[in-house]
Amino acid sequence: MYKSALIGLLGMFAVLALPQAAHAEYADVIINNYADAAGMRPVVFPHWYHRIRFRCKVCHADLGFKFKAGGNKITMAKIIDGKFCGACHNGEISWSVENCGMCHSGIPGTPTHIDGSTVQRLVAPTYKALEKPIQQK
Amino acid sequence: MKIKYISLIVAIALALLLSGSYAFAANPPVKGVKTPTGKVSSANVFNRLLKKQKVRNPPPPEDGIHDPADAAVHVLQPPAVAFEGLPKSVFGNYVDWVKAIEGGYIKPRYDRFDPTVEPLVMDLNIVRVVKASMPDVVFPHKQHTEWLHCSNCHPKIFIPQHNANVINMSAILLGQKCGVCHGKVSFPITTKSCKKCHSKPKPADWKPPKSEASLKTPWR
Repeated sequence: MYKSALIGLLGMFAVLALPQAAHAEYADVIINNYADAAGMRPVVFPHWYHRIRFRCKVCHADLGFKFKAGGNKITMAKIIDGKFCGACHNGEISWSVENCGMCHSGIPGTPTHIDGSTVQRLVAPTYKALEKPIQQK
Repeated sequence: MKIKYISLIVAIALALLLSGSYAFAANPPVKGVKTPTGKVSSANVFNRLLKKQKVRNPPPPEDGIHDPADAAVHVLQPPAVAFEGLPKSVFGNYVDWVKAIEGGYIKPRYDRFDPTVEPLVMDLNIVRVVKASMPDVVFPHKQHTEWLHCSNCHPKIFIPQHNANVINMSAILLGQKCGVCHGKVSFPITTKSCKKCHSKPKPADWKPPKSEASLKTPWR
């Protein structure tokens, strides 16, 4: 009897410990184009950290990042070729790709989105015809 | 054996009940205010659609999108540490990034290799007259060119020509035009940020245009 009560109690704590509604930093981008399917955690990109060090122009004009979450189709092969993140994350300007967990740090199964965006905060479902939904694998 | 199962069910029910009350912790019962009881009470909760108050700048392991099981998450810098001393705002990251760059609190690079490269700043305000009663919009190129390059917006998002761009709030809220950045990464669209763009008051003799319906059948 005590054992089952204990299991129930543990279950209660498990429910309490579940992550509550996400309240991450504004403009954090979760990129999960291919990560989940490849058995990796999705990537979390913190805009706040990067904008303290670089202006938007560096990535969005020089490196060709599109203004669209998941729209750049970034793969590790492109990164080690020095494209996208690999333009800086190469062990010279910033730490290199062997630090897998620093980027691949999101909760598995999280879809590609920008956390805390206005569209996300709308109470009613948004009109979908203007924008194609992001294709998830 | 039976008692074992019953106690297990009771324990699980208790757990669900407690976790249920925990989930509604956003609206705690106020002292002296009677909470409605009975079947319909949960349908008539106060602030039904207002999401829970955001915890400001939590460290990555507690922010709800990082996986705390990943050891590297605990190495990441907590935003609150980085934001210390930066000019504050009341939305987004709770940091006024434009003031931070203007006041020299941060010095982000304009070129990824060379920290001495200065941005190509253009000081030109564009005034957009708003049809309705909201103050007119002043678009400052200066603050935008501090961060961005001309090619980021022109000509794909905004045609660089007078009266060539149709912009409205619905499009912006859905992520078009200004909404490509604002509402996602640059300051968000809330009632607290309207006046950041709608900043030029209407002339003193300005009156809202009357709708066609009220012109056809005026109110007596």
